[in-house]
Amino acid sequence: MIKKEMIAMLLAGGQGSRLGVLTANVAKPAVAFGGKYRIIDFPLSNCINSGIDTVGVLTQYQPLKLNTHIGIGIPWDLDRINGGVTILPPYEKSRDSEWYTGTANAIYQNLRFMEQYNPDYVLILSGDHILKMDYDVMLDYHKASGADVTIAAMPVSWDEARRFGILITDENRRIQDFEEKPENPRSNLASMGIYIFSWPVLKEALTTLADVRECDFGKHVIPYCHEKGRKLFAYEYSGYWKDVGTLSSYWQANMELIDLVPVFNLYEDYWKIYTRCDSLPPQYISTDARIERSIIGEGAEIYGSVYSSVVGTGVKIGKNSVVRDSILMKDVVIGEGCVIEKAIIAEETVVGNGVHLGVGGYAESALDRRVYCSDLVTIGEDSVIPDGVSVGRNTAIAGVTHPEDYPGGFLPSGGFIVKAGEER
Amino acid sequence: MRAIGIILAGGNNRHMKELSNKRAIPAMPVAGSYRAIDFSLSNMMNSQIKKVAVVTQYNSRSLNQHLSSAKWWDFGRKQGGLYVFTPTITPENKDWYRGTADALFQNLDFLKDCHEPYVVIASGDGVYKLDYNKVLEYHIARKADITVVCREMPEGSDLSRFGLVKTDEGGRITEFEEKPVVTTSRLVSCGIYVIRRRQLIELLEQCGEEERFDFVRDVLIRYRNFKQIYAYRMEGYWSNVNSVEAYYQTNLDFLKPDVQNFFFREYPEIYSRVEDNPPAKYNHGAYVRDSLVSSGCILNGTVEHSVLFAKVFVGSGVVIRNSVILSDVYIGDNTVIENCIVESRSMIQAGSHYTGTPDHIKIVVESRDQER
Repeated sequence: MIKKEMIAMLLAGGQGSRLGVLTANVAKPAVAFGGKYRIIDFPLSNCINSGIDTVGVLTQYQPLKLNTHIGIGIPWDLDRINGGVTILPPYEKSRDSEWYTGTANAIYQNLRFMEQYNPDYVLILSGDHILKMDYDVMLDYHKASGADVTIAAMPVSWDEARRFGILITDENRRIQDFEEKPENPRSNLASMGIYIFSWPVLKEALTTLADVRECDFGKHVIPYCHEKGRKLFAYEYSGYWKDVGTLSSYWQANMELIDLVPVFNLYEDYWKIYTRCDSLPPQYISTDARIERSIIGEGAEIYGSVYSSVVGTGVKIGKNSVVRDSILMKDVVIGEGCVIEKAIIAEETVVGNGVHLGVGGYAESALDRRVYCSDLVTIGEDSVIPDGVSVGRNTAIAGVTHPEDYPGGFLPSGGFIVKAGEER
Repeated sequence: MRAIGIILAGGNNRHMKELSNKRAIPAMPVAGSYRAIDFSLSNMMNSQIKKVAVVTQYNSRSLNQHLSSAKWWDFGRKQGGLYVFTPTITPENKDWYRGTADALFQNLDFLKDCHEPYVVIASGDGVYKLDYNKVLEYHIARKADITVVCREMPEGSDLSRFGLVKTDEGGRITEFEEKPVVTTSRLVSCGIYVIRRRQLIELLEQCGEEERFDFVRDVLIRYRNFKQIYAYRMEGYWSNVNSVEAYYQTNLDFLKPDVQNFFFREYPEIYSRVEDNPPAKYNHGAYVRDSLVSSGCILNGTVEHSVLFAKVFVGSGVVIRNSVILSDVYIGDNTVIENCIVESRSMIQAGSHYTGTPDHIKIVVESRDQER
């Protein structure tokens, strides 16, 4: 096998439970983003744009969509004779068969995959971040600083610092200490969960920690390397980075794309984001349609009005319908005379005629207060909303619903109807 | 399917005016997302033809780029797949393709090496959907030597660009006239033929010997009484983008719901090379009505009854009406464009006015490549 200087290992097995019904049947990295993409397209495109042509994608939770999406890697030019993309699910062993129990455990279980390429460096990525980052520049930094481990880090506001793993460094950016979600942060440099390891260091650490339960990079591997006196450096990144871990941050990140000149610009030719995309016709905008401050995917048919929204490929919006501040994923159908406000509607969902989504005020969620804590209407994939019903704010719907599921034709704010997938 | 496909994509003609400076007609962009050749290629794929040769000659760079990978039409196969034949110099031959029959004759080895009993020959500039299996069934049922796909054109259409056909009651072609001055029939040849492979080889060898080069004149017309040449009447949309007027009209036809649904939403699909463009973006001030918009466009102005190809930038205060804007065009603020075809990679300065009339479509070429 040909030697690779650096290979990437992309952690894509997570559920992303705080995305509620959106991840009931799909892993978080496969959730749609920005009209035609899926979240994993961003790290994958960054890899190929950074010159990394060998990527292992570790899958576990609900991998069907992810596997179909990645295939043999054609959209990212990762269909290679040497290297390319390889999907790495957990597998049965003669003894101790286990799922991936933690981020580092997942990588440990694939030591043999990495050994095949005899790499000098291994890049650990997480499959649920929206960013454009040149990993090659980070590698240059890793080499120049003589580091054993380099951790990508981003300055955040001091308020936010409490939500992150914080790195405390000396003036040369060498890491002195770290704190996980500190009450009183000593630094505002947050770890982004992106690491470059020199291969022998990674291999030694993973082998030593093989028996640690739920072995995790942030909790076990990094502290272990630090204690052993390895050279840990922070690589400061100052571009756009978004962890779309919650419904409101997911919605917010989508909405930022429709700004006049977005901070995260998809229209730059030099750092393209690639995705699997069928050969689709152009979108048709009818005589009665009105669209402003929105992005619209290929093959969409718009007969109604769309304002400040992100509309995916193949979406159909019927006559006299108004869609505002919403995210409609691939192939969603909105009937005629609907009013859709602040909704996230997942793929292939059909909304009947005369439906009102996002009525009334906020109410606490009856399903899960941790997940549903905004005024968004969230609808899972393949759902059906019957004609003429109204749905309040901070609600969740999944599956095929019927008029009788809506007493008085109404689902009040904070309510939920979950008929398919895992209740979340 | 027991046939191989050949797409004749070498052509160019003066009816395309400036539009053919850059590309052969089969590479003309159609309906926002496609090139003319995608229709024939997709029809071949959808008819389960496994091996397709594209014969190119005139200005084929753009076409070759489009065909650089066969995977978009699922022709990236170990068995069969897509072949592109450009004229080559060999010890026996120093000529360009001197006509359609000559183009086939110069690639006779390809025909001889195949084992499929039939050949489907299609021109690369037709916009249509057709299951060639149906034509082949008809061909076999009639015991025809050659079957020509024909279409009855509506009354009043300009037929001067076409080959006109007359048949007897059984469908056998009795008369065939190329671009006649006086038209006595409305049945036109679509430039799509089904023929037994051995029969084709025989006819081509005959042509080669006699130094005859044109498939229509030297095979179809010359042999019409001697061979059994039948007309297969196709239904559904068909157009040929080989003149500026026809090209413009074909693009705007895709705004009609029936045409749009037929091609975009009914089975089978038309395939094309997939470009990695972001979704179209509508900013404040965008006002788009009755139009097709492709990926990567950024809109700040008014667009009505028009077709926008990929990566078109429309500045604020712009008004575009009844126009076809090819890909990668930048349109500066407060520009007015009406009844125009804007060539790809144009850079339109702010405040420009370009207006054609419905009878005289204006072609706008403001290439930004020359400035470099």
